[in-house]
Amino acid sequence: MKNHDLVEKNIGLMLVLVVVAISFGGLVEIVPQLYLDETTKPVAGLKPLPALELEGRDIYIREGCSVCHTQMVRPLRAEVERYGHYSVAGESVYEHPFLWGSKRTGPDLARVGQRYSDNWHKAHLYNPRNVVPKSNMPAFPWLFDNKLDGKYTGAKMKALRAVGVPYTDEDIAGAEEAVKGVAEIDALVAYLQQLGVLLTHKR
Amino acid sequence: MSVFWNVWIIGLTLICLALVLWVLLANRKVAVRDDQDPENRTTGHVYDGIEEYDNPLPLWWFKLFILTMVFSAIYLILYPGLGSFKGIWGWTSANELKADQDRGREQYAESYERFMAMPIEELVHDQSAMKMGLRLFANNCAVCHGADGGGNFGIPNLTDNDWLYGGSPETIQTTITHGRGGNMPAWGPLLGEEKVSQVSHFVRQISGQEHDADLALAGKAVFTQNCVACHGADGKGSKDVGAPNLTDSTWLYSGSLEGITHSVRNGLANKMPAQKDLLRQEKIHVLAAYVYSLSFDYGE
Repeated sequence: MKNHDLVEKNIGLMLVLVVVAISFGGLVEIVPQLYLDETTKPVAGLKPLPALELEGRDIYIREGCSVCHTQMVRPLRAEVERYGHYSVAGESVYEHPFLWGSKRTGPDLARVGQRYSDNWHKAHLYNPRNVVPKSNMPAFPWLFDNKLDGKYTGAKMKALRAVGVPYTDEDIAGAEEAVKGVAEIDALVAYLQQLGVLLTHKR
Repeated sequence: MSVFWNVWIIGLTLICLALVLWVLLANRKVAVRDDQDPENRTTGHVYDGIEEYDNPLPLWWFKLFILTMVFSAIYLILYPGLGSFKGIWGWTSANELKADQDRGREQYAESYERFMAMPIEELVHDQSAMKMGLRLFANNCAVCHGADGGGNFGIPNLTDNDWLYGGSPETIQTTITHGRGGNMPAWGPLLGEEKVSQVSHFVRQISGQEHDADLALAGKAVFTQNCVACHGADGKGSKDVGAPNLTDSTWLYSGSLEGITHSVRNGLANKMPAQKDLLRQEKIHVLAAYVYSLSFDYGE
């Protein structure tokens, strides 16, 4: 084709054409999602995480829980039977970053809230083998010793507010007070106990 | 979906397909045909004396590419893909899930109907119901109560005949449906360390374990004043509030002096989560029968 010459001998033009060629997928599949109601409107009852749960979430991230646990129930019968209602986009609109995960070594946690008692969670996190004999989950005993100081809790809320999470000034002002001196285990359990409780599905 | 995004998605998808098709067709033919100059069928590129043949696209590859284009056209007609157009099959993942679930429900509807018609006392003799119960227990209860129902520290053993709230079929069903919440206040701040120690020795005494007789005697008074409301005058507990019997050798937590002292001083809070919003009634019925069967030897 005669125009080959033009493209092949003009690297700038070729780059432009390459970018055009590969951008269609993103423009069609990603860009609209940033503006559609289905993906940007929170589900009924969704609120920004309170200070303690927010700190718990950061412990969840720090300890790498999302490496082995997903938070994404897919709309498949086997999953819905085991975990409950499938996950919807509106549940994740305040998640920065989201913790959907990509691999399950342990079970999905998207609907773990209120399924076990606080005591069970504590016993399990202290040493999983104490309650699930064949578990291969690591133990997290230091969570019982470490205490939160809340130094950055307000700042974290401010950062999240900057990307669209509706924290109020009172939330931010009271953040440090709310978590100061609380054991990390209590923050993590508080976070886990609120996961996915907004949507229920009777199996 | 707004008109703008609809046009955006449909437009870009179709433009992309059209461009791909155009690139494919525009490159299909060779620039110099055989009959024009059979000896010199090159593209005209020369580099270090190396020339490039101007060959057409391999036919099998070209046909495969056309096939993928046909596939995408059919796909976009049958399935949702073009903006808010639902596709003529009207497929959604939620509908597919529902169809799967309906199939599953239909498959078990007959069994569940039969099970629901049987009282729990009878259901424990039905092998297929117990097999189903075993699966339901493994999926929903075993994480806390253990695969064998043997319980754990702070989690009741379901295989013995010692029940916090009662072991009748109806009570078990109520427990699963509505959950339970056990609460013992922390007595440390109220009684002080001395009385906590005394009453702990008293509890060791009534459970027939090693104790200090003097401390236990003093503890009896403390017990009578503070503990009988839930644990009963004789310490045998109350199934109404789920207060455990303190006179036997079954301990939900620890029965050691240290363990009892810790429980008295710091209090206890326990929770069995309600299943009524999670499991359908017929599943709870079968589960209750399975749990009921665990404490008896029904071997067939």
